[in-house]
Amino acid sequence: MSQPSISKSMTIGESGLAVVFAATAFLCVIAAAKALDAPFAFHAALGALASIAAMFFVINNYYDRPAALPPAEINGRPNYNMGPIKFSSFMAMFWGIAGFLVGLIIASQLAWPALNFDLPWIQFGRLRPLHTSAVIFAFGGNVLLATSFYVVQKTCHVRLAGYLAPWFVVVGYNFFIVIAGTGYLLGVTQGKEYAEPEWYSDLWLTIVWVTYLLVFLVTIIKRKEPHIFVANWFYLAFIVTIAVLHLGNNPALPVSFFGSKSYIAWGGIQDAMFQWWYGHNAVGFFLTAGFLAIMYYFIPKRAERPIYSYRLSIIHFWALIFLYIWAGPHHLHYTALPDWTQTLGMTFSIMLWMPSWGGMINGLMTLSGAWDKLRTDPVLRMLVVSVAFYGMSTFEGPMMSIKVVNSLSHYTDWTIGHVHSGALGWVGFVSFGALYCLVPWAWNRKGLYSLKLVNWHFWIATLGIVLYISAMWVSGILQGLMWRAYTSLGFLEYSFIETVEAMHPFYIIRAAGGALFLIGSLIMAYNLWMTVRVGEQEVQMPVALQPAE
Amino acid sequence: MSFWTRHQIFEKNSIILIVGILLVIAIGGLVEITPLFYLKSTIEAVDGVRPYTPLELAGRNIYVREGCYLCHSQMIRPLRDEVERYGHFSLAAESMFDHPFQWGSKRTGPDLARVGAKYSDDWHVTHLTNPRAIVPQSVMPGYPFLRETEVDPDTIADHMRTLRTVGVPYTDDQIANAGADMKAQADPDNAGADAFGKRYAKAVVRNFDGKPGTPTEMDALIAYLQMLGTLVDFKIYNEKANLR
Repeated sequence: MSQPSISKSMTIGESGLAVVFAATAFLCVIAAAKALDAPFAFHAALGALASIAAMFFVINNYYDRPAALPPAEINGRPNYNMGPIKFSSFMAMFWGIAGFLVGLIIASQLAWPALNFDLPWIQFGRLRPLHTSAVIFAFGGNVLLATSFYVVQKTCHVRLAGYLAPWFVVVGYNFFIVIAGTGYLLGVTQGKEYAEPEWYSDLWLTIVWVTYLLVFLVTIIKRKEPHIFVANWFYLAFIVTIAVLHLGNNPALPVSFFGSKSYIAWGGIQDAMFQWWYGHNAVGFFLTAGFLAIMYYFIPKRAERPIYSYRLSIIHFWALIFLYIWAGPHHLHYTALPDWTQTLGMTFSIMLWMPSWGGMINGLMTLSGAWDKLRTDPVLRMLVVSVAFYGMSTFEGPMMSIKVVNSLSHYTDWTIGHVHSGALGWVGFVSFGALYCLVPWAWNRKGLYSLKLVNWHFWIATLGIVLYISAMWVSGILQGLMWRAYTSLGFLEYSFIETVEAMHPFYIIRAAGGALFLIGSLIMAYNLWMTVRVGEQEVQMPVALQPAE
Repeated sequence: MSFWTRHQIFEKNSIILIVGILLVIAIGGLVEITPLFYLKSTIEAVDGVRPYTPLELAGRNIYVREGCYLCHSQMIRPLRDEVERYGHFSLAAESMFDHPFQWGSKRTGPDLARVGAKYSDDWHVTHLTNPRAIVPQSVMPGYPFLRETEVDPDTIADHMRTLRTVGVPYTDDQIANAGADMKAQADPDNAGADAFGKRYAKAVVRNFDGKPGTPTEMDALIAYLQMLGTLVDFKIYNEKANLR
């Protein structure tokens, strides 16, 4: 404020972004006016409003800010950029609760179909993509954004690259979520699992994602450390591979540039293979590589122990990313996909067990000499149990990819149970653990508001997971067996609807498990909120926040 | 020891690390996906598979829009119980014009790959409006709104043109008559019904939802469901020629 305003000038980024947002606002207004369908008009209008708001923010921020941009260092210490991290952490918690809630709703719809209310917007078929996208891409994605921006700064000892770019990434990504999510409710979908957003959302995500890669990469390039920390390899593999998968699976031709509907370039069998190459590696790179990066930073940090084996992490990294990409065809066993592709998929899925458990061992053994902390620190317990769940689901996965096992499990709830042991147990818990660490660090608080509440969260959520996955194991295997049951005379024993009826009690148990998981997350949100609101300020720059090399 | 020292080239150069990642992740996809585009045995040689009629296409888009694929598969596996429950196992050729494919991954409801001609149109109208009116234990949502919304015969040609660009062999004749064909398929008294029948082999002309006037989304969806799995005549299908 003491700076003379004469020397102040707009950066290229500021002026460029302001112009780009003005242009997008203009294009969106035209698109909204000429829109062929109501959802597209709605999204174009949202795009116009968001662009105008963003343009206003950029210009307003320019007038409000001091002439000099935030320095990269203060008194020889990196001046870490925590703003975008705080934003993403908040959004992660918000979308997490929203996603778990929608999950609970659709679980209840399967138990009590009257809850569909005969309405298009909230029937199961439209809410299910909303649930999967909200938990995977909105909750998981924001956790990855927040932690990756934190970890890359701390382990490179340098401020996050870019001034507005990191904000563009976190806000732009969440705008993508809003467009995708409202689209599902309005019936805008590509009809490809976990890749439902239509062509214009996909285009927007591509722009955001490339910026994300650039911010992350340039921060690494500016690093003060000679070595790139292990967690950053995993983040980088996650960012790069998700870009490749997104582009490979989504080349679509819109029917009109003023309408939401498009047709995917791939057809039939090729589309199926592309889809599950994408689908399985959304699991492999979004939900695994990214969250393994979290494991490699937050567990050593919280346990105050070095990573168990550096060499194991090298083998873990390359073996995991090489093998994962082959595993897609196990989603297409016994389908019209050629046998050779199915066999390749199965073989590599089984091999994938090894690096997965190598990573699990590396994470768990990091606790060597600090196991006693599990008794006193519920956050560390959450992180460690997440790795145990990771081990469990990465054993279950290869097993289910064996063709004979798959002939029973495919199309049943066993798959749903498997996914949720990974999603709730591994991704959920490692994210919760990371957020419990990250929020006090980013807001500069001495510690969490209440460790007791973390303990409650841990046990309630664990009970929820156990109910959820055991219900799905039983219902899945039961239904698979009923479908193939024969009478002594050689007739199919059960009609299809009898197998649906048999699922009913398990669907209620599953919904109860989901409700417990949701309650746990509400406790967490309260705890984090109070940490930020009333938590004690950390006085000096904590030396303990150095990365664990 | 040398391996670990050599690995430092990745640990110290972000660009080399990225190139390494790209190479390593490219291999699996290239090996598994590329051959599917040129190996002749990938898609069986079969008679009868044709692109969707305009009304069926509109119905298929409703099927996609409502997320039916999240509970219904369209892929019968060559397992004894599935073949006995649903019919002949699905061929790759049967979905070769599907953009996107709708094989599905979950059977909360039964497989639909061969649901065509299994139930009457009335059955479908009642069932889609209120599934529990016909199957009391069903957990399927009701879709009464489909019968209230009309499909748009004016824009369907644009959809077919887009599909032609991505490889579906629609003829000029089919595209030129798309709107008229759409109305004709849902109206047996329509003057264009015969010409429509010539353009699309085995297409069924019926008033699917029982309501007069412009076809509704209910008409379209049922037209689509009633053709699923009916195009290939398995009495003359040469199983041996297509063994893979």
